[in-house]
Amino acid sequence: MPKRTDISSILVVGSGPIVIGQACEFDYSGTQACRVLREEGYRVILVNSNPATIMTDPEFADATYIEPIQPEFLEKVIAAERPDALLATLGGQTALNAAVALSERGVLEKYGVELIGASFEAIQKGEDREKFKEIVEALNVPGANPEVARSHICHSMADVLAAADDLGYPLVVRPSFTMGGVGSGFAHDEDELLRIAGTGLSASPVTEVLIEESILGWKEYELEVMRDKADNVVIVCSIENLDPMGVHTGDSITVAPAMTLTDREYQAMRDVGIAIIRAVGVDTGGCNIQFAINPDNGRMIVIEMNPRVSRSSALASKATGFPIAKIAAKVAVGYTLDEIPNDITSHGGRPPVDPPDGASRPQFWTPASFEPTLDYVVVKCPRFAFEKFPTAENTLTTHMKSVGEAMAIGRNFTEALGKALRSLEDPKATFDFSGEVTEPLGELLAAASRPHDGRLGLVMKAFRAGGTAEQLFEATKIDPWFLDQLQLIAEVAEQVRTAPELTADVLRLAKRHGISDEQIAKLRHLSTDVVRGVRWALGVRPVFKTVDTCAAEFAAKTPYHYSSYDEETEVAPRTKPAVLILGSGPNRIGQGIEFDYSCVHAALTLSQYGYETVMVNCNPETVSTDYDTSDRLYFEPLTLEDVLEVYHAEAAAGPVAGVIVQLGGQTPLKLAQALKDAGVPIVGTSPEAIHLAEERGAFGQILTDNGLAAPQYGMATSAADALEIAHEIGYPVLVRPSYVLGGRGMEIVYDDSSLVGYIERATHITPNSPVLVDRFLDDAIEIDVDALFDGTELYLGGVMEHIEEAGIHSGDSACALPPITLGNETIDRIRAATTSIARGVGVRGLINIQFALLGDVLYVLEANPRASRTVPFVSKATDTQLAKAAARIMLGATIADLRADGTLRTGVDGTANLEAAPLAVKEAVMPFNRFRTADGAWVDTLLGPEMKSTGEVMGLDKTFGVAFAKSQTASYGDVPTEGSVFVSVANRDKRHAIFPVKRLADLGFRVYATEGTAQVLRRNDVDVTVLRKETQGPGADGTKTVVQAIMDGDISLIFNTPLGVTEGGDPRRDGWQIRSAAILCDVPCVTTVAGLSAAVQGIEALRKGGLTVRPLQDWSADVRAELAGRDDAAGQPDEHEERASA
Amino acid sequence: MPSGFFDHEQTPALLVLEDGRSFRGVSFGATGEAFGEAVFSTGMSGYQETLTDPSYHRQVVVATAPHIGNTGWNDEDDESSRIWVAGYVVRDLSRVRSNWRSNRSLDEELRNQGVVGIAEIDTRALTRHLRERGAMRVGISTVELDPAKLLDKVLQTPSMAGSDLVADVTLAEPEVVPAVGNKQLTVAAIDLGIKDMTPTRMAERGIEVHVLPASVSLDELRELAPDGVFFSNGPGDPATADAPMELLQGVLDQGIPYFGICFGNQIFGRALGFGTYKLKYGHRGINQPVKDLRTGKVEITAQNHGFAVDAPLDRAQLTPWGHARVSHVCLNDDVVEGLELTDDDGNLLAFSVQYHPEAAAGPHDSAYLFDRFVDVMQRRKRSTTDAQEN
Repeated sequence: MPKRTDISSILVVGSGPIVIGQACEFDYSGTQACRVLREEGYRVILVNSNPATIMTDPEFADATYIEPIQPEFLEKVIAAERPDALLATLGGQTALNAAVALSERGVLEKYGVELIGASFEAIQKGEDREKFKEIVEALNVPGANPEVARSHICHSMADVLAAADDLGYPLVVRPSFTMGGVGSGFAHDEDELLRIAGTGLSASPVTEVLIEESILGWKEYELEVMRDKADNVVIVCSIENLDPMGVHTGDSITVAPAMTLTDREYQAMRDVGIAIIRAVGVDTGGCNIQFAINPDNGRMIVIEMNPRVSRSSALASKATGFPIAKIAAKVAVGYTLDEIPNDITSHGGRPPVDPPDGASRPQFWTPASFEPTLDYVVVKCPRFAFEKFPTAENTLTTHMKSVGEAMAIGRNFTEALGKALRSLEDPKATFDFSGEVTEPLGELLAAASRPHDGRLGLVMKAFRAGGTAEQLFEATKIDPWFLDQLQLIAEVAEQVRTAPELTADVLRLAKRHGISDEQIAKLRHLSTDVVRGVRWALGVRPVFKTVDTCAAEFAAKTPYHYSSYDEETEVAPRTKPAVLILGSGPNRIGQGIEFDYSCVHAALTLSQYGYETVMVNCNPETVSTDYDTSDRLYFEPLTLEDVLEVYHAEAAAGPVAGVIVQLGGQTPLKLAQALKDAGVPIVGTSPEAIHLAEERGAFGQILTDNGLAAPQYGMATSAADALEIAHEIGYPVLVRPSYVLGGRGMEIVYDDSSLVGYIERATHITPNSPVLVDRFLDDAIEIDVDALFDGTELYLGGVMEHIEEAGIHSGDSACALPPITLGNETIDRIRAATTSIARGVGVRGLINIQFALLGDVLYVLEANPRASRTVPFVSKATDTQLAKAAARIMLGATIADLRADGTLRTGVDGTANLEAAPLAVKEAVMPFNRFRTADGAWVDTLLGPEMKSTGEVMGLDKTFGVAFAKSQTASYGDVPTEGSVFVSVANRDKRHAIFPVKRLADLGFRVYATEGTAQVLRRNDVDVTVLRKETQGPGADGTKTVVQAIMDGDISLIFNTPLGVTEGGDPRRDGWQIRSAAILCDVPCVTTVAGLSAAVQGIEALRKGGLTVRPLQDWSADVRAELAGRDDAAGQPDEHEERASA
Repeated sequence: MPSGFFDHEQTPALLVLEDGRSFRGVSFGATGEAFGEAVFSTGMSGYQETLTDPSYHRQVVVATAPHIGNTGWNDEDDESSRIWVAGYVVRDLSRVRSNWRSNRSLDEELRNQGVVGIAEIDTRALTRHLRERGAMRVGISTVELDPAKLLDKVLQTPSMAGSDLVADVTLAEPEVVPAVGNKQLTVAAIDLGIKDMTPTRMAERGIEVHVLPASVSLDELRELAPDGVFFSNGPGDPATADAPMELLQGVLDQGIPYFGICFGNQIFGRALGFGTYKLKYGHRGINQPVKDLRTGKVEITAQNHGFAVDAPLDRAQLTPWGHARVSHVCLNDDVVEGLELTDDDGNLLAFSVQYHPEAAAGPHDSAYLFDRFVDVMQRRKRSTTDAQEN
């Protein structure tokens, strides 16, 4: 059956900003879908608010709308584009919810848009717990008895308590229609139940939670299932969770394929999975089904199904080589699985089997209607960010808390686990074999019984302390097979430690079980370099195997490799020069999809310019680890050891032009010098130049030489040092360790005691790792620039003005491009400063600089000679592919070359004043609703120099107000255009807050405030109602406290700025309670004056109505026409002259 | 070099292929020597079923799944009375067993049954070698660790092509598997190396199954007055199976409905006048896509065959018993995976598949074929009853 010809245009909905539970796996799936649908000749219309995605690059769709994924905006897109069909199963829960909303509002019917992939009914059946339960209970699967956990659907707290009476404790709470398990959890008693169910009810868009019997400690599995319209069904992958039931699968260590099922049990699960996808009615596409198995008797419980592509599908795709999203898109437009070639085996020139003459016609490909079989083991480990939220409780529950993941492939479990753990780049995650275990076994067992981010390390410690597998099973319920594997690692480590000599056999044994050079070095009290040297001298090196979907049954043509300490390598020789691109590893706060974006661009462009691109990365969610993205893919940890081995293999395969380290963020950057020292050619900015920019003294000299100002600072190697510096430059000061990304460990401190506290708490201060103490520029405007430098010429990609003042981490701050308040003269100063710094540092490629403008002084805050988080945003806002340009500069192109071939603008740069250009606003998205403290309270939502956001959105329009409003809608949902605002601001902000609050009052907002703020507002003729502080309690006259008012729904917008200094009492606590209530009730909460001013502009724009949507391609066409017009009018005009005349 | 070098419990072992390539590993299961045809199986689950499948008689099986033995060995999942593989090659043998149904470890079971295993082999390299060079003879040994000497022994063993192994695997005396519930039909199942799941699947459908030795005569068969005849899977070269082929032709002469699996498909092919040939390296796994040419539907099948039927995919052939055509085809390489015989009206008279609908190990997608067999038998029963009544 061929593809459908009755539809010609398809609307694809993305998943919006990266949040916990919904990360760049949906960029991977959406990008695949867009590619496939365009290849098939459909007109693709895309809506996604996330500018950091590859899918929103204009070449991936015919019309790309970077607009909020909200029904109102989607309806506008549908009205403008009139697509025939809507594909919502590749954009996560966000897209699915949007499709449901559009369907319920009648929009799809009104415009005649067909839902493809999964119908409205199928979505309902899969997502609605009661309906799903009925489906599972009605299944008739011979030889299997699938059940669902006993449960009750509840719509109120009364229902919830009644359910608890029936089922008994502990109980699981699962809200309907939320992703990543928001609002779900385990309740061991009534108090916990009330708290969790309360959150769950409000998190659920339909105010519905499921209260369910506990199956804590059971074995947990997932199946990835795919179905076509001819009802052919295949299981793409089985996944087994190392962490038993009770930990969200996104937070679990997971393993593919399933390890501890016999064929009978696996086939029973497979039968049930197939029966479910049929019964739910996912006609064309993939779904993910989760199972729990009682380890004592095999009782099977179906936990849930997602009628869409999921995070696990991305993992399964990377784990098997079967591209689920791509195939899902193809079956959605009518192909059957047997009509779709398996890419991995399809590129051959001869049939895999030689039949005798006349026996059959030759075949050149194998079809996608098969089930991948693995001859390796895949392990995925979650990446947590608890260090960003020190007060957050790190117990793992059904509510996902990890911010990213790393995957590794090995020829056995121990090898894959070791690689996955070191891929996390979290020193606490890898097994620490050094020294004796001092903790008593009992303590270790007790601690390991609580699922949390450090559990695996405790299990290892317990084994090393003499614990038995039985004891560990009792404590953790981790399957005995996995426990034995961990014990095996402990035993191997012990053999390494006690071996008389580091022989080839000892090393091979260690490597076979995933023990890194660094771990061996610690075990043997050697340096890692020495271990590597010995290993190489003894010829103990990994081979590279291939992910081929078929366990070597057929020849694979797709060079998707992983390392293993085995016998035979499969890397093919090549003649074209290779460029290795080092990716950015697991997503984490401060380093996410934005860096993957740049790496992908480098791969795409360098392939076109004669290089064989070789991607090295370990993040299964990304586009970069799609085997389609680069010419060769190595799914490997980004550690020195692993990267050197990839380089070694590729250098043996053919010429290597160089290794790119500046696009993947801090992960590859910190390897740069060591790689170079090991003889690896680094292209682009040299490791010495990178060091120069990071090293304060040397960088300060560059600034001095060029007459540039920096905030006064000092470098402290002790607490006493730090105090001395602080006294010299004056409080407030910004303190941080050197070498940071995402503001790790960065704080603004206002007094001596806080400074000493910080040093004790947050740093390992030594003469080698000093702490930086900077003067903090209160009230400055912060400016971010991304620029390209080729050694002679600078191309200023874009200048962004932060909405929040300096002090808020640039990753958390909203910003506008072009800058809204900076004049041309300032831009010129910024360009000149950027040029001097780029030249002084020795940049070849990208540089990102943060400036602060205070009064008339331009300060240089920091320079990063690498791709920044804002590269995709700037690229989209200015219609210029900066990452592609950077990659080419690194390989020798000049800016003049790039201007000549149209990659960069001619005559002007990214700061050109263009009538036709949009105003773009970037807004950060915060994960606060994910984290609670041990006593159940929310962690605080305040912004500061430590980055906390997980993702970003972009709003585009002609004016700032509208663009800002769009960015707020995209990140937080609807912006209130009427109702009431609650205002409580720190003293220093009161003056600045008067104007925007007064404006809100003029717009008809009712204004509430705490007493102090109210007095100031009243004096300025604002009508204010006073609310009582939480510490004061409700008034005798019934006056509510702020929190009560928020909980009662009286407040539609909160404006609360933090108090800089804690002066007696506990005023900080009030603010924190207010912000917590805001999270709980999902009320927008603005925490800076600048943010409020922007919000007011947005509200005004929204009230004027008539918001429009516009695709990037239209913006681009107009911008290009305007630029072409300028060229025609003036030949090659001098930008400065033109500015002067404008 | 085996990585467990200084673990004193591990005994070194050697694997040598007939073309001289050798691999060193460590022993598990029984010690000693084993020879056979090296084949690889790509199933990720079901090693117990695989090892006890008589079709693997005289074969040394290479498991491509790296971890083997994780779920131990239980008393429920054997597909016959013993382990048939001549030897077993794995990468990582599990040290423990983890499953609620497990009774002992794989290692223990192999030792009990005297089956030689070798572990810590680069099974992917070995599999790629077999894929490129074809299935070939192999020896594994814990006593002869000199590759040249072991190779001499390998070269002295018989090759699979031309081997008649039916007599080795067929049962001695007939056995009856009673129908589950009311008996609806009687089937005579010729044991050419039958797996236990096959009569189980039939019995579940109300069939009383008489499992008969391969040496049974047509007359003995007719004495049972079966509603249908079934030929099982089994080892060896189908080109040597003349006696079973002649028996089947006699069955077709009688107009008795027929269903065959695997070896039973190849014999059916020969009975219908088609040839058979040896595949380069066979199909052995539980993920093979097969298209039912009748319905156009794809099923994921369990397969284990080194030989295949040589029949045209695009046309029917007239035989003395009706129209013969290919009914199923493997989508990976167009190998014939099923045959059918129909009358002039298109009614199904007899059929067979090259793969394993009994699926142990493997997916259950093809279980419908047992229903199809029941339908064919019921229809014939009705028509003969009608004929008698008329």
